[in-house]
Amino acid sequence: MKLETKSRIAVFIISFIAYFVITQIGKFDWQELIVGIIISLITTIVTGDILIKTERKFKFSRILYTILYIFQLLWEIIKANIHVAYLVLHPKLPIKPGIVKIRTDLKKDSSLTMLANSITLTPGTLTIDVNKEEGVLYVHWIDIKSIDIDKATDIIGGRFEKTIKEIFE
Amino acid sequence: MSEIIGYILICIGLAFDFFGVLGLVRLPDVYNRLQAATKCVTFGTAGILAGVFVMEGYSSMGLKPIICIIFILLTAPVSAHAIARAAHRAKIKLTDKTIVDKYEEDKELY
Amino acid sequence: MKSTIKWRIGFLVVIAFLVINFFVFSYDLKFKLMNVALFSALFVLIRTVLGPSPADRIIAIDILGVLVVGICALIAITFDQSFFIDIGMAWALQSFIATLALAKFLEGRHLDE
Repeated sequence: MKLETKSRIAVFIISFIAYFVITQIGKFDWQELIVGIIISLITTIVTGDILIKTERKFKFSRILYTILYIFQLLWEIIKANIHVAYLVLHPKLPIKPGIVKIRTDLKKDSSLTMLANSITLTPGTLTIDVNKEEGVLYVHWIDIKSIDIDKATDIIGGRFEKTIKEIFE
Repeated sequence: MSEIIGYILICIGLAFDFFGVLGLVRLPDVYNRLQAATKCVTFGTAGILAGVFVMEGYSSMGLKPIICIIFILLTAPVSAHAIARAAHRAKIKLTDKTIVDKYEEDKELY
Repeated sequence: MKSTIKWRIGFLVVIAFLVINFFVFSYDLKFKLMNVALFSALFVLIRTVLGPSPADRIIAIDILGVLVVGICALIAITFDQSFFIDIGMAWALQSFIATLALAKFLEGRHLDE
């Protein structure tokens, strides 16, 4: 099967499920179902070929790593929120901000996006820009522990990089 | 029982919403405000929506918040990156407490 | 020294609001929760009015867009109408696109680039 056809099928299934959940739960109706199929077809024809770009094989371990990643991300989000609440409620604002560089080994667009989003949602860090050729991320850090590039890479990116590599590459 | 759990989740969400907004008022410059506000308000709104899901169960009103949570968790970091990068390129200054700015040093790269 | 005094004044204002909201008047709990969300939106408006640079105002508008989704969910469970969550979803989409457009505009590029 060609790659473009696969991508179009995936887009059709996702948009139809979204339409079904929004309109159909609790009251089943044939007319709305037919309208949903037509609208999903229009979406598929217009923007169907940009979702999947590279071929890859199905592996069972990828699902396990995805579940692990979701729980890891939830735990980090809760820690981040408690950290920010502590900083904001403290009377003297104990912050030490700055912008540091970290290295990364990831190459694909999707995995870089996921890494940047995860870094933004974890304690005290916010991704500002990506330099894809050199594999460098610029990160704003609200409470700097070290400005050395290797130590910063270990503290900020080391939590997620292995899991994301298993999922996307 | 599920109603009580839902109310507890909603209260936690509202508390973190309030902390995030407080950070938006108290912290000194654009990037720090962006950090506090993005993290706390995203988590707080996700908490409120999860509370609505727990209270309503598997009905029409219970499953829409799940789509909302996924959407918010995917888009809030992206808009934060966009604002931070644009602010740095528009030469908005960092606060006086800043220790290091590696992005300014590498400015000729982009 | 000065920041500590400001901190104490702010603490007193927040405690006074919480006591008046939750213990003085007696009406439905859902309306009281909605009042807390609206009080947070008031702080966002303070930042929008005071903000020294354009980026501060853009952040405030973005955060207001996420807060309104939560307020819409609270309205939905208060009046037991599920279409308010649809309104929140559409609001989140619009706010995301508006934030991206404003960020691009702040960077100094044109919108069709």
